[in-house]
Amino acid sequence: MTASDPAAAMTPQTYMQSLSRWRVLEIAFWLATLLPFWLFPTYLSLASQIAITALFALSLDLILGYAGIVSLGHAAFFGLGAYSAGIFTKFVWGEPFSGLLVAALVAGIVGFASSFIISRFRHLTLIMITLGLGLLLHEAANSMSWLTGGSDGLQGVSIKPVFGVFKFDLYGYTAYGYALGILFLCFLFTRRLINSPFGLALRGIRENFTRMPAIGADSRAHIRKVYTISAIIAGIAGGILAQTTETVALEVLSFERSADVLVMLVLGGAGRLYGGLIGAGVFMIARDQFSGIAPQYWYFWIGVLLVVVVMLLPNGILGGLSKLTARWRRK
Amino acid sequence: MSAQPVKGTVALSARGVQKSFGSLVVARDINIDLPVGARYALIGPNGAGKTTLINLMTGMLVPNAGQITLGGEDVTAMKPQERVRRGLARTFQINTLFAGLNPLEAVTLAVCERRGIAGRFWQNIAANKDAIEEAYEILAKLKLGDACYRTTRELPYGRQRLLEIALALATKPKVLLLDEPAAGVPHEESGEIFEVVAGLSDELTLLFIEHDMHVVFRFATHIIVLVGGAIFTQGSPAEISTDPGVREVYLGTRKHG
Repeated sequence: MTASDPAAAMTPQTYMQSLSRWRVLEIAFWLATLLPFWLFPTYLSLASQIAITALFALSLDLILGYAGIVSLGHAAFFGLGAYSAGIFTKFVWGEPFSGLLVAALVAGIVGFASSFIISRFRHLTLIMITLGLGLLLHEAANSMSWLTGGSDGLQGVSIKPVFGVFKFDLYGYTAYGYALGILFLCFLFTRRLINSPFGLALRGIRENFTRMPAIGADSRAHIRKVYTISAIIAGIAGGILAQTTETVALEVLSFERSADVLVMLVLGGAGRLYGGLIGAGVFMIARDQFSGIAPQYWYFWIGVLLVVVVMLLPNGILGGLSKLTARWRRK
Repeated sequence: MSAQPVKGTVALSARGVQKSFGSLVVARDINIDLPVGARYALIGPNGAGKTTLINLMTGMLVPNAGQITLGGEDVTAMKPQERVRRGLARTFQINTLFAGLNPLEAVTLAVCERRGIAGRFWQNIAANKDAIEEAYEILAKLKLGDACYRTTRELPYGRQRLLEIALALATKPKVLLLDEPAAGVPHEESGEIFEVVAGLSDELTLLFIEHDMHVVFRFATHIIVLVGGAIFTQGSPAEISTDPGVREVYLGTRKHG
């Protein structure tokens, strides 16, 4: 039960408008992402890793949290973006934004092509197919060592300064600024998408797949579209990693990366736009701290964290927080 | 797209429709013509194949033989959503709603799908003022206006049944198939739901499944009796109520349940 009666105060249109209004907490969140520049200048490379992973998690949230498509092979697009940007930078041109464009393009094309398979299946079958596609790409990159460097990784990626001015420095000022800027732009895009008619259709697919055709919706077309968009964003995330670290390791396509990003999303709370961002932050910081304590066993603590969060907070950290604030407001 | 419906012509028809699962025949040579503006009831004992027939007509099941035409157009090979866009809508016996959306969002979604704007990912939903207002009007007409901001799963059951109808109406159907619109609703409230059904435009062609004979005789102009996947008989309420065969299989002498 809501405390006040919203129906009296607003029209249906203003209600819909209110759903996409910027909240104070959101603005505070984005301002807080600037803090590492002053507070933790020695941790800027970790901060840029978090921003990249957060963008990757955001791309997964689009398909998992909003359309209900579970993928265990999303690193395929992250890796494609990383290799595309890396190879383009190494052999063609070192300007960063054109590298990202290439990463987005390649990931988008492969995402669009595979979406025709993805949109036909659901549930366990879908998980297995995405897993299979991910493994397939991993092995393809491994065997094409003439192009990708194979298990040695792609070396010699040297990136030009951003806007021709900001060189990528050792401390990671440029890297974090660059990654954060792209993350924010992609977030703005995703936020608009979620509050669009298309975003509503995605939630419709998640809430009731069988009803969708009965209201005249072509769910498969919607899924193809969101899967392609998600692949593009994942590709951009991978591209930033290649550019800021100036190398691409085979690990970008690994199953672990696909699994980790899923864990982050579940930790943070899927379908909440900020869940992936929060989850990526918690996961990466936890990994950094735990691996400082016991380098070989840090996954143990990630396991503990995951089990505890999933048991106590079924909708992730954000789900738990929003439940708390709702309870607090009622009092 | 077909033109405006004309009274007296056939809105939806089934010709020789046949469906079986293995050796179980669930639809046997079904022939039905729904004239424009019809108020037809589909009755029959449990397991007679009533819902199956709606599934066949709306494309959720594919018949083994036969033909379905909508406004004269053969739609047998069309997907459900293509039939919906051509004006054939349905509701479900068991609530098939968007539990996590509120009624305003759900009906707005259906309106956006009909208008072909549901793929727009670059536009704020609030920019589509017409679609939102249309959705609200449908909800208000079905007495859901005051409940439209509440999450669907929190709505009272009777309201959810009305939302089933609202979602179907948002597709602007020419033909509406209602699968037990008042299923599970207490007897005193089911009248309310059928008042809503009776108040729908008389250009809309209606077929409804219902078990309550009082309701059937009150709202239907024509009754089709389905038994064992086949049409047992059909006719006006007066004819059906006096048909000795119907009385035997359905209305009384042979008790079911």
